[in-house]
Amino acid sequence: MDNLVFRAGGWLALAALAFMAMALAADGGFAVHMGIITIACLIVLWVTVSKADYGAIARGIIKSPADPGIYDDEPIRWGVIATLFWGMAGFAVGLYIALQLAFPVLNLGLEYTTFGRLRPLHTSAVIFAFGGNALIATSFYIVQRTCRARLAFPGLARFVFWGYQLFIVLAATGYLLGVTQSKEYAEPEWYVDLWLTIVWVSYAVVFIGTIVKRSEPHIYVANWFFLSFILTVAMLHLVNGLAMPVSLLGAKSYSAFAGVQDALTQWWYGHNAVGFFLTAGFLGMMYYFVPKQAERPVYSYRLSIIHFWSLIFLYIWAGPHHLHYTALPDWAQTLGMVFSVILWMPSWGGMINGLMTLNGAWEKIRTDPIIRMMVIALAFYGMSTFEGPMMSIKAVNSLSHYTDWTIGHVHSGALGWNGMITFAALYYLVPRLWGRQRLYSLRMVNWHFWLATFGIVLYAASMWVAGIMQGLMWREYGADGYLVYSFSEVVSAMLPMYLIRALGGLMYLAGAAIMVYNVWMTVAGKLREEKAMTETPHNEAADKPIVAQPAE
Amino acid sequence: MADNQRIDEPTGTQTVGHEWDGIEELDTPMPRWWLWTLYATIIWGIVYVILYPAWPLVNSATEGVLGWSSRGDLQQELAARDKELEPIRQALVSTDIRKLNGSPELMQAAIEGGRSAFKVHCVQCHGTGADGIRPGSGYPNLNDDEWLWGGDLEAIEYTLVHGIRNPDHSETRFSQMPAFGRDGILSGAEISDLVSYVRVISGEEKQSASATRGAALYQNNCAVCHGADGTGDRTQGAPNLTDAISLYGLDRASLTNTITNSRYGVMPRWGHRLDPATIRMLAAYVHSLGGGETLPALEEVSEATQQEAADETAVGEGGEDVQS
Repeated sequence: MDNLVFRAGGWLALAALAFMAMALAADGGFAVHMGIITIACLIVLWVTVSKADYGAIARGIIKSPADPGIYDDEPIRWGVIATLFWGMAGFAVGLYIALQLAFPVLNLGLEYTTFGRLRPLHTSAVIFAFGGNALIATSFYIVQRTCRARLAFPGLARFVFWGYQLFIVLAATGYLLGVTQSKEYAEPEWYVDLWLTIVWVSYAVVFIGTIVKRSEPHIYVANWFFLSFILTVAMLHLVNGLAMPVSLLGAKSYSAFAGVQDALTQWWYGHNAVGFFLTAGFLGMMYYFVPKQAERPVYSYRLSIIHFWSLIFLYIWAGPHHLHYTALPDWAQTLGMVFSVILWMPSWGGMINGLMTLNGAWEKIRTDPIIRMMVIALAFYGMSTFEGPMMSIKAVNSLSHYTDWTIGHVHSGALGWNGMITFAALYYLVPRLWGRQRLYSLRMVNWHFWLATFGIVLYAASMWVAGIMQGLMWREYGADGYLVYSFSEVVSAMLPMYLIRALGGLMYLAGAAIMVYNVWMTVAGKLREEKAMTETPHNEAADKPIVAQPAE
Repeated sequence: MADNQRIDEPTGTQTVGHEWDGIEELDTPMPRWWLWTLYATIIWGIVYVILYPAWPLVNSATEGVLGWSSRGDLQQELAARDKELEPIRQALVSTDIRKLNGSPELMQAAIEGGRSAFKVHCVQCHGTGADGIRPGSGYPNLNDDEWLWGGDLEAIEYTLVHGIRNPDHSETRFSQMPAFGRDGILSGAEISDLVSYVRVISGEEKQSASATRGAALYQNNCAVCHGADGTGDRTQGAPNLTDAISLYGLDRASLTNTITNSRYGVMPRWGHRLDPATIRMLAAYVHSLGGGETLPALEEVSEATQQEAADETAVGEGGEDVQS
């Protein structure tokens, strides 16, 4: 009882503190955020003092099976649901801002709904909310299985999940309110950064703690990738987030770096967010789910060692290629470009190891739509990790930089690689996490696969055309040696490509909506009556032994 | 671990012997093409960092044996471009603008340069088609032959250099129409009559009693600038009211607004932002759009220019100097 009073008092004090900060806030954005934190503290307080077992009620809502006491899967089930929820939100906002580019009237004339505010909402929702929840959930799942150990610090694991959701809500509302430190993919202000640091360190503690208490002699390759992802993201976040708040009761802060140093720090962060969040982390996911779904051994142990170490050594240098032909000194641009090009093969090592793991199980591409998703994910991974080094070459970059080619490149990686491998992992996980015999419908997975694939093709192809057209129009000189096009003429020329891109995004969103329904029905314990994905021919007449006829 | 090693049947490759949650690993060697491509990119990288600026030192960085730098590269490109354009720019600035028409080649070069400069400096207001974006936008359409301040090369250049209604510049084109309604000069009913009259002379409306009343008001209040017949006065930028072209629109609401509050359209002056050659190019381009006028008071200059041009052609063709 003393313990309960102590804890409840603590939450009440925190709520009061946040409420005071709200009342004394220097600006509206900070006040709203402190209000959200006050409400969060009061919810925790209510859960603490009321006798009701909210955990059990929540498990009832998501139809959690009883915990057999083998692995700690509760935070993973929540993570799967959060991944789907934020994924739908992020894809929908993405489609909306794609339409804004084609039809500017959709900015609605409100500051909250302008492209400038919705765009970071989209990028953070898909990368950090959808991707981040997928990574936390799958890493918790994989580290337990491959270490043969339950999660270390189960309470902290739950704090990681809910703390990360609070981070997402603070970041997302901040974007709409115009609270930003103007660093791409690192927009949240200092106090949200501090909160994320606490959550992320807790995540590292749970993950490393589980590895430490493992019952396997060796650490599986997926866990190397997850570990490099967790540690590097912590380092990137801490350095790039260094800032001095104007007031402890206000949202605004100023970066510790200035000018080109700030730009370089930002792109060192930004590129390695791609490298360690979207590449290393998702490779960890791939290294578990591909061999499991294919039921085949990993192609090459040696390749996984060499490509892991070369990938993480090289990636950290490649950031300056985002600043070609800027105030950044030539030597830094050279290093960024050279390391990016050498990065090509180490990146492809993951693709080879993933695809070749299907050796001996290739026929599953025909029958198993989940394998199909994994294969297309690896194909897009290979394509965008070739495209990236190519675009980092200065001569190519002088055409591609600042154009929609970059957008196409990012989305072939994000939709193709990160999206598809996440969908495949979720389809693998859901029946196992909820103790169901199989997914509600495998044919719906197939529909999802084709919608998403065609969506990506439309998206990437239209943005290639748009980007290269844009780059060529910007630099086109007429016979007399003068520039031919004005900026606005180039913008007008993009309209058809923007419409095709939006259609691609709509198809991708539609596929994801089918997935949400499929997962929902699986969780509900339903099975869809449907024809199997393949029917191996069976000839009844030939299905008998040849019996020698007795000679007459 | 060696005890758990086995040969994987479908591939015939030995496993490493580790196993996690049912996942094994094969001991396949790294693909040779992969390894050699990795080595090739590393060798290429070493060569590249020797050739180009690459390694940071205490106060500077290695310069690379090629001596290349991105700024040096840009300087060279700009210098080459300047060298190429310099004769045309020189010729443009040193030629009397009234004689520019006599030199079709130079005129054409000026128009092309102006077309490009227009896309950088002017399209924001006048639109990419130089049509003022849309009728009634307040930005003049430069494709037609209606000019507020004059449409010959010299007048256009003057407008470009000095701008329109620049408060900090004494030579700017300036005029101000009174705000007849806001300043209480005319009543609402009178403004309505005046609107009717302007719409009648511009061909928007049929004659009416209101327009007849407006005609008298017009003579007392407007004719001094817009002229008794309403055809305007270029010396003060007073627009011609008798045609269908209008900066702010000829519908009743727009006209009522114009007469009530007056308008005060501003164009920036470019004399202190752009060099004289670029301004001359812009003047030539705008003049070429369709409504360019020759200088009416200087017919003899135009003839003289033609004569000079003829002389030059003769020199160029025959090498024989024809004295006039």
